[in-house]
Amino acid sequence: MTDVLDVVWRLLAVFVAFLVLPLVVGQTEHKVMAHMQGRLGPMRAGGFHGWAQLVADGVKFAQKEDVVPAGADRKVFQLAPAVALLPYLLVLVAIPVGPGDAVGQHVDAGVFFVLAVMGVGVLGSLMGGWASANKFSLLGGLRTAAQLLAYELPMLLAAASVAMAAGTVSLTGILDGFQWWWLPWQIVGALVFFTAGLAELQRPPFDMPVADSEIIFGAYTEYTGIRFALFLLAEYAGIVVLCGLTTVLFLGGWHGPAGIEGLGWLWTLLKTALLAFVVIWLRVSYPRLREDQLQKLAWTVLIPLALAQIALTGVVKVVIS
Amino acid sequence: MSLLAAQTQGFLSPTGVEIAFLLVGIVTLGAAVVTVTTKQLVHAALWLVVALGGLAVEYLLLTAEFIAWVQVLIYVGSVIVLLLFGLMLTRAPIGRSPDADSGNRWVALGVAVAAAAALVWVVVDAFRATWIDLDGPARGTTEVSGRMLFRHWVLPFEGLSVLLLAALVGAIVLSRLRKDTEEKR
Repeated sequence: MTDVLDVVWRLLAVFVAFLVLPLVVGQTEHKVMAHMQGRLGPMRAGGFHGWAQLVADGVKFAQKEDVVPAGADRKVFQLAPAVALLPYLLVLVAIPVGPGDAVGQHVDAGVFFVLAVMGVGVLGSLMGGWASANKFSLLGGLRTAAQLLAYELPMLLAAASVAMAAGTVSLTGILDGFQWWWLPWQIVGALVFFTAGLAELQRPPFDMPVADSEIIFGAYTEYTGIRFALFLLAEYAGIVVLCGLTTVLFLGGWHGPAGIEGLGWLWTLLKTALLAFVVIWLRVSYPRLREDQLQKLAWTVLIPLALAQIALTGVVKVVIS
Repeated sequence: MSLLAAQTQGFLSPTGVEIAFLLVGIVTLGAAVVTVTTKQLVHAALWLVVALGGLAVEYLLLTAEFIAWVQVLIYVGSVIVLLLFGLMLTRAPIGRSPDADSGNRWVALGVAVAAAAALVWVVVDAFRATWIDLDGPARGTTEVSGRMLFRHWVLPFEGLSVLLLAALVGAIVLSRLRKDTEEKR
């Protein structure tokens, strides 16, 4: 009985984190962008500092009519947002936030689990893009697929490098073996992983597939109301998952400097929040990459860098063992 | 050991895992049949996602966790995306494709049934009534799979790597070849 209760508690905690953290990132994005770009709009709603902007957005999305285009494939069209969002919920279950048992569920092949399930989320964009019966959506879907195919590989290779360093593919195992000098050792892999992750989430500067000014939001053109909000939520959940994963794989997760181990989960949250801030920062400061530049970056820069990192990891591993 | 397990296990008192295994198997089979019979091309690809995902769940129920996640990563995450990419790039109409009906359907059915019969026969003959002990140490973890692969199956593994490399190089050569001849014209 206690086992069942334990599992229920853990799943409930993960679910609450899944509901709260993406919204926190969304609100932070409003505020950070407002400050960095001198935008006045998001600073008005509700009075002090525009605190109610996110609530207003939520009410707006819920009120709007949920339209399905006449020529669309109804079932696939309506299913797509769920396919885009749910994988991130599953991934959150496996991310450890603190030492010991502070994880939703211990997964033996954790690294593979999170990368595999994250890759499924892109199917949502593809389904939405195709089912909309709109050529811009279809083009957006195509670009999404091409981008995923290009960036999945460097992401996997960078994660494999960490797994080699730790000698395990379990996320908790990787954190248990973490040493501070892994940070400089794996720094190239960390950059590759984070960049490829941004591209997989289609965040700026890699947002060519969903660029609003060029391809009118790509796969999401025909979506309105709550289903569109679900796609947006998937993006923010993706940011949380990507930053959490980068923290766990490369930044030592719950390990803090000066050995303050008791507040492990706080370190994880802090590092994740810092990375999420960087994601938002990149959005407001970098111009969008063109489609061919996007592909070129993945195949000619990131993959060789990831392979070099794996070679370095292998050499160091052999030398020190 | 397998004989002993067979004696203690009966077919008439299935455990929860066995029932789940059967149900997921039926769903997988159903999705696979819909994949080849539906007249809507993109729907076929999406049903293939269900079939391959069902297979991953089956691996998971057989304690082969690593294989299950690799199945999701490679097949659901990459092969299907490539398939959808190809469909969208060439033809992916909403609704039925009139030309999705092949005149070879009976031959295809024969080949499929023959292949399925051969596979089922081989698997049944190889394993007969072997039961996996779910309470003992996990037998499909990453560590166990890795040891098996790199102790007993290194040569086939390397052979596959060379094959894939050859395919990769071949694809690059083919794509560049066409570009060169077009420029010469």
